[in-house]
Amino acid sequence: MTTTTAIVDPTRIAPIDEVRDVMDDARAPDGGADPRIQWFKAVPVVIAFALLAAFPAIGSPFYVDLAGKIMIYAIFAMSLELLVGHTGLVSFGHAAFFGIGAYAAALITAQVDAASLELVALVALIASGLFALVVGALSLRTKGVYFIMITLAFAQMAFFVAHDTPLGGGSDGIYLYYKPALAFFGTTLVDFEKGRALYFATLFFLVATFAFLAVLMRSRYGRALAGIKANEQRMRAAGYATYPYKLGAFVIGAMIASLAGVLFAMKDGVVNPELMVWNQSGVVLIMIILGGLGHLRGAMLGALMFTLLQELYQSEAVFGSFAKHWPLMLGLTIIVFVATMPRGLIGLFDRRSAR
Amino acid sequence: MSTGQTLLVATDVSRHFGGLKAVEGVSITLNRGELHAVIGTNGAGKSTLINVLSGEIAVTSGRVTLLGHDATHWTQPRRARAGLGRSYQRNTIFPHFTVFENCRLAAQALKPRVWDWWTPAARCTVSSEGARRAIERTGLAAFAQRPAGALSHGQKRQLEIAMCLATEPQVLLLDEPLAGMGAEETERMLALLSDLKAGHAVLLIEHDMDAVFRVADRITVMVNGRVIASGTPAAVRASAEVQVAYLGEDNAADEAADQAADGSAKLEADVEAGIDADFAS
Repeated sequence: MTTTTAIVDPTRIAPIDEVRDVMDDARAPDGGADPRIQWFKAVPVVIAFALLAAFPAIGSPFYVDLAGKIMIYAIFAMSLELLVGHTGLVSFGHAAFFGIGAYAAALITAQVDAASLELVALVALIASGLFALVVGALSLRTKGVYFIMITLAFAQMAFFVAHDTPLGGGSDGIYLYYKPALAFFGTTLVDFEKGRALYFATLFFLVATFAFLAVLMRSRYGRALAGIKANEQRMRAAGYATYPYKLGAFVIGAMIASLAGVLFAMKDGVVNPELMVWNQSGVVLIMIILGGLGHLRGAMLGALMFTLLQELYQSEAVFGSFAKHWPLMLGLTIIVFVATMPRGLIGLFDRRSAR
Repeated sequence: MSTGQTLLVATDVSRHFGGLKAVEGVSITLNRGELHAVIGTNGAGKSTLINVLSGEIAVTSGRVTLLGHDATHWTQPRRARAGLGRSYQRNTIFPHFTVFENCRLAAQALKPRVWDWWTPAARCTVSSEGARRAIERTGLAAFAQRPAGALSHGQKRQLEIAMCLATEPQVLLLDEPLAGMGAEETERMLALLSDLKAGHAVLLIEHDMDAVFRVADRITVMVNGRVIASGTPAAVRASAEVQVAYLGEDNAADEAADQAADGSAKLEADVEAGIDADFAS
């Protein structure tokens, strides 16, 4: 960030390194406008998706389950990346939308045994979208740290609804005795109780989320969001009513997060208020910062790295009784990562990437 | 597109910040084909005036009419879409985007098509054409693919104007476009301003008095938020009030004589002295 402000300071001549940084950024997919050089950046992503598709054939159940969890977090992280990395809206209440999706799945399934996934997804999308519309409409009237605080406050409200009302089942949460199934007109197409169906459904949503957001970001709407992040004042001077643009992004991000929540509830078979607690919002923020803001690939890498580190430090096989202090080790590792890689993990693979 | 058509009228516009009357009872008219300069000492309320006219901040009282419509309560984006473009005193470019993308994004505001999530923005012909025209007009064609942050200061000022033009405005509010420019860059910018005023109504805030007296058709002088003089450059130059405000009462007579002798006398240095004199008196 210091680099950026230094470059635009007219009273100062930028050293060549900084100029090169800016030039590199302009060529990066999220900072620049030249689509011709972007295709090769998709190659590692396609390979990663192919590996994930092949993974159940070679991985043990434990690791396949872990991969499923990572994919869900990757979807969640990308939905926040749209807000933070792409639009510049640092939401500190994103877990609320994840939780709404999870609770939608649990509540519907508890009433109608083996509910249809379409119904669950529809309810999750509508509920999270409406909540995001209210939260966004109010919080987007503020900026910076106030925006962070207000999104946090709304997320805490959602947490207490889950925790302290009969609707949410209290701190124990709700169990899903049947996973929702994909069914049309009474015919079950995919039964997620069986085999790897849920794993592949998660992979499908991961690919779909990546593709959707990548296409969205290169569109006129996506470019306008990038402009708002870069300089909202200028966007307004050019004639953009920026408020509805930001509100739209907020709602889209929330709806995608709710789908990740649905998948999470289906995978674990239980939802509880912990899904919505404020440190969950912090975790997903750390994921995208760790991976590298401004990149969907960074969000996915961050989800991968964070989850793996957490698993590693929680492992008693590796750390013995010290494993119960895993947050300490995780915290120190994150400090080291952020200090040594200001551009995130994506910066290691991609020299030309932006902040 | 007839020359002389009145495009923007501000009537008795005021803007107060608490007890500070930043702009007080200012009336100004901008006509197509005219460059109207607003000069004044630092803190005279010039930038606040532009902020009020462009809708960036609301008026405390008064009325703003844009292209015949009462725009007093219009938001800034609405005024921009109606044909009002502004540049900023401090560069407000997108430093990480290319010059072309800076202008294309500005031009995209004309036809935003937010619901079309499939077509890449780069394939938007309306905004690409608009950007190309704005870049050519401001002489930045050779730098179109360069990141805006890597431009020289003067080029960034040109880009400010280019982004403004990309939205195809009819009224241009330019806040110190010459600030910090070298002599050569200043000449280029002045040529551009002269070129622009043919089709636009231009309001120019500028500290470079040489430049102002060369390109302005009308000059309004502000002191402490109020207009103390307004008229043709010759009339303003001759105005006793202006000389007092700028130079202090003691210097005014001497300076008037100097002015007569040397028409291109540069007042800028004296402006600072003028402020001191103002405070002292």
